[in-house]
Amino acid sequence: MTDINTKTPMEKMTIGGDIYCAGNAREFKTGDWRSMKPVWIEEKCKQCGLCFPVCPDNSIPVGEDFKRKDYNYDYCKGCGVCAKVCPFKAIEMQEV
Amino acid sequence: MSIRERLSGNEATAIAMKQINPDVVAAFPITPSTEIPQYFSTFVSNGEVDTEFVAVESEHSAMSATIGAEAAGARAMTATSANGLSLMWEMIYIASSLRLPIVMALVNRAVSGPLNIHNDHSDAMGVRDTGWIMLFSENNQEAYDNMLMAHKIAENKKVLLPLMVCQDGFITSHSIENIQLESDEEVKKFVGSYKPEHYLLNDKEPIAVGPLDLQAYLFEHKAQQAEAMRNAKQVIKEVAEEFEKWTGRKYEFFEKYMLDDAEIAIVCMNSTAGTAKAVINDLRAKGVKAGLLKIRMFRPFPVEEVAEALSNLKAVAILDKADSLNGAGGALFEDVTSSMYVNKKQVPMVNYVYGIGGRDTTEAQIESVYSDLQKIVETGDIGNPYRYLGLRKERN
Repeated sequence: MTDINTKTPMEKMTIGGDIYCAGNAREFKTGDWRSMKPVWIEEKCKQCGLCFPVCPDNSIPVGEDFKRKDYNYDYCKGCGVCAKVCPFKAIEMQEV
Repeated sequence: MSIRERLSGNEATAIAMKQINPDVVAAFPITPSTEIPQYFSTFVSNGEVDTEFVAVESEHSAMSATIGAEAAGARAMTATSANGLSLMWEMIYIASSLRLPIVMALVNRAVSGPLNIHNDHSDAMGVRDTGWIMLFSENNQEAYDNMLMAHKIAENKKVLLPLMVCQDGFITSHSIENIQLESDEEVKKFVGSYKPEHYLLNDKEPIAVGPLDLQAYLFEHKAQQAEAMRNAKQVIKEVAEEFEKWTGRKYEFFEKYMLDDAEIAIVCMNSTAGTAKAVINDLRAKGVKAGLLKIRMFRPFPVEEVAEALSNLKAVAILDKADSLNGAGGALFEDVTSSMYVNKKQVPMVNYVYGIGGRDTTEAQIESVYSDLQKIVETGDIGNPYRYLGLRKERN
């Protein structure tokens, strides 16, 4: 499929905004919707694994070592669920 | 070779749908269109069609299921009237913006309230700017023929828009008239099979339909819809020409009845045209040069052609079977007068709101309109352009 962006003229756009390929949700970055952001305090983190399963998006990357890494803010909408479930106060919500 | 039958408008529509044999029909009963899904579900039960009939719980769901089926790659149809169409409102826009060539039978009825189940055009006028192609039918034959032409128009690659075929509730839908039907095989051949280029059930090409379309994109998508609507005009013309070659029945954007040499004329849609023709025949016998322009293709509106066809008249009355309640005349009046102005044609025009809620429109009433037009021609005075026909009133 051709790349459609904010410069594409109407004649080159697909009808109805249809997307003729799969697996492209990651191209739509939604992080700027955020008004609060979670901050990971690594030294307090016990790697208990409670935060990343509750993230409604994929904003908490997990490595091959099964340990969480720092946030991918491209997709974090600042919902705060991860901070709420953290038993060790290792995630703090801050104003953006 | 056509088959002579006698059918009501609803029966004729249901038979057209049977011959089209769509993949999916989703509908909810509402007067006066109820008989269409009723007859059609009988065809399903008797195994006369291959259609999946979805008996939904509301019209919102009827349109939603139709949209889902069409997006999946199926040919999907539905039927409704008045408040049923109102309940579809949200999804009516979704169907056209997703560019799904759904075909719907709209049996025109007054939108409540106060509660009324009889004919006027307020339901159709409510969706006149929703991006659906709208064809109007004077009688059961036209309702049948428009339905046979519908898919070839809607599914054309240059169009890809939903289409509704309108007919007058009860007056046409429940009146039995003679009709010429075409054979199942010939209808099948004419309509052809639906082969969408992109569809959800294609496992070779996973697609997303109806994604988020914000500030940077919606404007262009709406302009694409408008372009498709403009394209529809030529396609409607070509399909009608092909239809005429097959059946001998001629359809244009509008029908001109005794219009070419007329001095005064009425513009209207659907069954009232039949009454007007009878009046014209009487007036012509008395030497009055009366004519009629009956709109068949209401969306897209044939702007240039209407302006041209009415340009030599001395006075015209536009009859609206729905009151726009806007202090500025009915929808058809606005479209016709705007067509005239833009094409630099100046003809005295008046608007009559008539037939609301199934109020009978008699030959005497239509004759009074022509007589009003004659007065306008004689005096050059239009008077109040926003008029009523058949309304009870203490003073005029």
